[in-house]
Amino acid sequence: MSSSLRRLFRFIRPYRALAVWSLVLLAVLVCLDLAIPRLIQRIIDHGILAHDRRVVLTTALVMLGIAVLGTFIAIGNNAFSVRVGEGVARDLREALFLRIQSYSFGNLDRQKTGQLMVRLTSDVAAIKALIQISLRIGTRAPLMMIGSVLLMISTSRDLALTLLPLLGVTTVLIVFFVARMEPLFRKVQTKLDGLNNVLQENIAGARLVKALVRADHEAARFAVVNGEMTDQSIRVMKFMAAMMPVLSVCVSAGMVIVVWSGGLQAIQGRLSLGQIVAFSNYLLSTMVPLVMMTLLSNTWAAGLVSLRRLDEIFDTVPDVRDRPDAVTLGATAQPRVAFDEVSFAYHGAHNEPVLTDVSLEARPGQTVAILGATGAGKSTLVNLIPRFYDATAGRVLIDGHDVKAVTHDSLLSLAGVVPQEAILFSGTVRDNIRYGKPDAGEDEVVAAARAAQAHEFISRLPRGYDAPVEPRGANFSGGQKQRLALARALLLRPRLLILDDSTSAVDVRTEIEIQDALEADKAGRTTFVVAQRISTVLKADQILVLDKGRVVARGTHRELLASSPVYREIYDSQLGGRSPS
Amino acid sequence: MSAGAPAAQPTSPRPGTEGARGALQAMGPRFGGRLEKPKDGRATLRRLAEYFRPFRFTLLIVGACVVLYTFLGLMNPYLLGVALDRFVSNHDAAGLGRIALLMLAAAVGGNAIQVLANGLMAGISQRALKDLRRDLFAHLQASPLAFFDARAPGELMSRLTNDIDAINQAVAQNVTSLLASVLSMGGILVAMFVLDRWLALASVLVVPIMFWFTRFVAVYTRRGFKDLQKALGELNGVMEESISGQKVVKLFRRGEAVTAAFRARNAEVYRAGVYANTYALLLMPLTSVLGNLFIIVLAGLGGFLALAGLVSVGVIASFISYAQSFINPLRQLSNLYNTIQAALAGAERVFQILDGPRETADEPTAMPLTAVRGDVRFQHVTFSYVKGSPVIHDMTFEARPGQVVALVGPTGAGKTTIINLLTRFYEIDSGAITIDGVDIRALRKDDLRRRLGLVLQDTYLFASTVRENIRYGRLDAGDEDVRQAALLADADHFIRQLPQGYDTVLSERGGNLSQGQRQLLAIARTLLADPAILILDEATSSIDTRTEAHIQQSLLRLMKGRTSFVIAHRLSTIRDASQVLVIADGRIIERGTHDALVAQQGFYQRLYVSQYKGEAI
Repeated sequence: MSSSLRRLFRFIRPYRALAVWSLVLLAVLVCLDLAIPRLIQRIIDHGILAHDRRVVLTTALVMLGIAVLGTFIAIGNNAFSVRVGEGVARDLREALFLRIQSYSFGNLDRQKTGQLMVRLTSDVAAIKALIQISLRIGTRAPLMMIGSVLLMISTSRDLALTLLPLLGVTTVLIVFFVARMEPLFRKVQTKLDGLNNVLQENIAGARLVKALVRADHEAARFAVVNGEMTDQSIRVMKFMAAMMPVLSVCVSAGMVIVVWSGGLQAIQGRLSLGQIVAFSNYLLSTMVPLVMMTLLSNTWAAGLVSLRRLDEIFDTVPDVRDRPDAVTLGATAQPRVAFDEVSFAYHGAHNEPVLTDVSLEARPGQTVAILGATGAGKSTLVNLIPRFYDATAGRVLIDGHDVKAVTHDSLLSLAGVVPQEAILFSGTVRDNIRYGKPDAGEDEVVAAARAAQAHEFISRLPRGYDAPVEPRGANFSGGQKQRLALARALLLRPRLLILDDSTSAVDVRTEIEIQDALEADKAGRTTFVVAQRISTVLKADQILVLDKGRVVARGTHRELLASSPVYREIYDSQLGGRSPS
Repeated sequence: MSAGAPAAQPTSPRPGTEGARGALQAMGPRFGGRLEKPKDGRATLRRLAEYFRPFRFTLLIVGACVVLYTFLGLMNPYLLGVALDRFVSNHDAAGLGRIALLMLAAAVGGNAIQVLANGLMAGISQRALKDLRRDLFAHLQASPLAFFDARAPGELMSRLTNDIDAINQAVAQNVTSLLASVLSMGGILVAMFVLDRWLALASVLVVPIMFWFTRFVAVYTRRGFKDLQKALGELNGVMEESISGQKVVKLFRRGEAVTAAFRARNAEVYRAGVYANTYALLLMPLTSVLGNLFIIVLAGLGGFLALAGLVSVGVIASFISYAQSFINPLRQLSNLYNTIQAALAGAERVFQILDGPRETADEPTAMPLTAVRGDVRFQHVTFSYVKGSPVIHDMTFEARPGQVVALVGPTGAGKTTIINLLTRFYEIDSGAITIDGVDIRALRKDDLRRRLGLVLQDTYLFASTVRENIRYGRLDAGDEDVRQAALLADADHFIRQLPQGYDTVLSERGGNLSQGQRQLLAIARTLLADPAILILDEATSSIDTRTEAHIQQSLLRLMKGRTSFVIAHRLSTIRDASQVLVIADGRIIERGTHDALVAQQGFYQRLYVSQYKGEAI
């Protein structure tokens, strides 16, 4: 926790001056507030009861001055504290965003977008609330309390002592309520999650529920969680319903003690009327902040929890970083790619290896296809080339350079990778295709789209290349998205093209047209293709068959058909084991 | 690979957005409440009130309690003045003791009544909300599939939870305090006039200033938060897109451009945030400053009046005490207003959903469907998702009992639509679909669906145990039945390898299983349901071919003896089918067996035999 707080203070440091000023103004404001009951006392005792018109007038004017001054000070404190809170929130967001930007693929695999977004939005908001409360009511309330207690003692030590037990009881009650509140709310949250879960399943699984005619069953499930949620909510609300009145009784009891005990002392002439009035005002300014702080305790706790949650993001170190002595990879026309006994395991070598002792060589201009069952390690293998992950053992070489010894930027500028999951961005179709080269000309965009067999469907869109793309490409089908992603990669004319099952959602006929287009242009590059369909790999210069992370066969289609039972099995499973008619 | 109804295509679920969207809501103005307004607040309120009707007598008691405790709360400041004037000034210790006990009694009594009222209200409001949630759920269940197809599940979900939460917030906490605030403000004004006319008039002058001030702040706050909401929306858009597309950003080395876009939006949020919060957060400190002003006016003016012998010290003390209790309700009112508006806006949307279409009810004459032979016919069926643009044109075909019908054709041709019609997820425009000669519209919908077994490409699993997921096919099935079904589906082997076997709890949507394993569970589930007619959307692009071959074995077992419709991707399925329907643009363009179709040298031959292009064996 202390390290999280230290981090928070580091973010506050640029706003130190504002924060300090804000607190100074707050302290002044508290002093002004505390002066008012004293001045009322003066009006009563020295003005009214002493029949001194001048005292009434001057005291009233002083109080008015205090109110005006207080207004400006409150505005100042507000302006400063808001700037501190918003500024820290802005800086936190930026620091988090940049940190996430620096993550490599391995880091990203372990984080969900939704979770990261929650860190960036609601957690940052909770921390902002924490800061703003600390610079305002959170500091003001305890100051008010301490000041009021001191002034109560100075007004009448006896009366203050009489109230001491009550203050103790109130504090105990508040501690009790705060301690009980949190677990109760957590229970409601759990019940709410349960309720939402059933609702979620019935929305997302509506088709299944209807198909299996399970409406009654689901309604019964919902009735149970709905009832539980209701009961738990009622329990919490009844508890909360008791809290405020009980604390309010404490305040009233205090007032009664002041009136009674103070009144008796006044009768004996040991206390003035003004003192009683002042005392009762101070009592209120002791108790009210106490109650307020109870209500604020949730905000405090939430802010601290959020602060701790950010640690996870800040403490994650990118898996892949440039070495200090990294060299820039030179521009070769068609790179030679080699794997030298490469092994790989996710999250460190002690885990189950995904790849074991893989060696291969792709000569300049060659097309290498990788085939194998789901989970055989195909994607992992090609992801090692642009260094999305680092090999656990062995070396991945491009033109003789270990990929770990070159700058990641120069490596990426060489490679074009088309992953299976085509992620598009909001904007136009054209923006998406020229994403890697925003100044690309129209002819380049169209040529890339043609090669990816996307030109035809783009032209049929109402606004063609200017048609809007919704976030994540939600308005395009899977096959269309894949073709746009392919065009985006082809536009850069990469000298090393990696297709990671990137046409899986494209129908067979279109896929063949894409292959033909790539084939016609293949002289310019070295290509890796990960494929499920055997039809995709037929023409490759070499086919590697992976099984459980090992290369079990390699060769051309013809060679493998003759020599590899695994390849044969895959072939049969797809083409049905009979020769085509 | 056919992606369902056209209406469903743009609504692919977007994982992760729920959390972010919820967060956006949470980021809204904490201090100023949400900033939504219902379109027709009055009608919504009336409808919401319906849910409270069953509790109207209890509500009356609550109302009486609120009046009572507000009144008791108003007594103490008055008694304070009396104590000072009549007993302290006159040195009457016994009288002072009596009045002190009276004050204590009023405080304890008032607060006890408040506990009672709040407790009763908690019960009422939560039960009313429970009924509202129950109605909402029941309506969702009765909604036609088109409703779900047209919405992203995540979005619908977060909207519902947010709306229900907004209603909850208002109903649970605010109705009684709104009443109490208004009552106590009115009561204080009355009490003040009873005590002293002149001081009361002076106070009344302060009130409009405070009202005006609160309104002024509220107007700017509202404007500020509107801008802030917009800025936050844009920032969140940039953040979400670049985080979810981070790999692509890295790949294309666009980190700097993305960061620049982020910075610009972030700066805008800062600017809008400072503006909005400067106004919103001003309310608290300034009302207390204004409260001081109130007290000062009373003390100053009271002082002069006292000097003139017009008021007593006790009355001044009472006034100051009233002034202090006047500020709190005033401060609360603006917050309450926003919360209640947001709740009404939420309620309005919930009611909108409740008013949405329901699945067509069964005809009163609808017949049960008992033994099914499995003779399925489509006769001149025409259907459109959107009126005027039919997606199925005058379609006629027949599947005889036990036959396997393969549906093939390009994406979007209407294959999934045919299945949606057979299950009556959607109702046909014209023509007829019959099972064993009976029009399916004359059957009870539930009976019809019980006879149909669906294995869909996108397998839906619940976040419960493997056993419960399989049992979902037949709820009264014993553990042994479940295991038998798993064995038949070839799923038993991998299930037993899971950490807790059949008791392994699946993560949301079965995320901890591979696609192939999920499909095997779905097959087991369908086997357990033992349907008469099978509908399979067989292939998925992400299952490798060997796993696929494995599943194929299980599917064959499932299809045995049942009339089956298969949206087929595998040549082997198509080749073994009794008949192949080639569908394009909502029409059957070719039909026959595989061999006959290949011989025809038509569309089918071009589409399917092209897979072999490149090399012949």
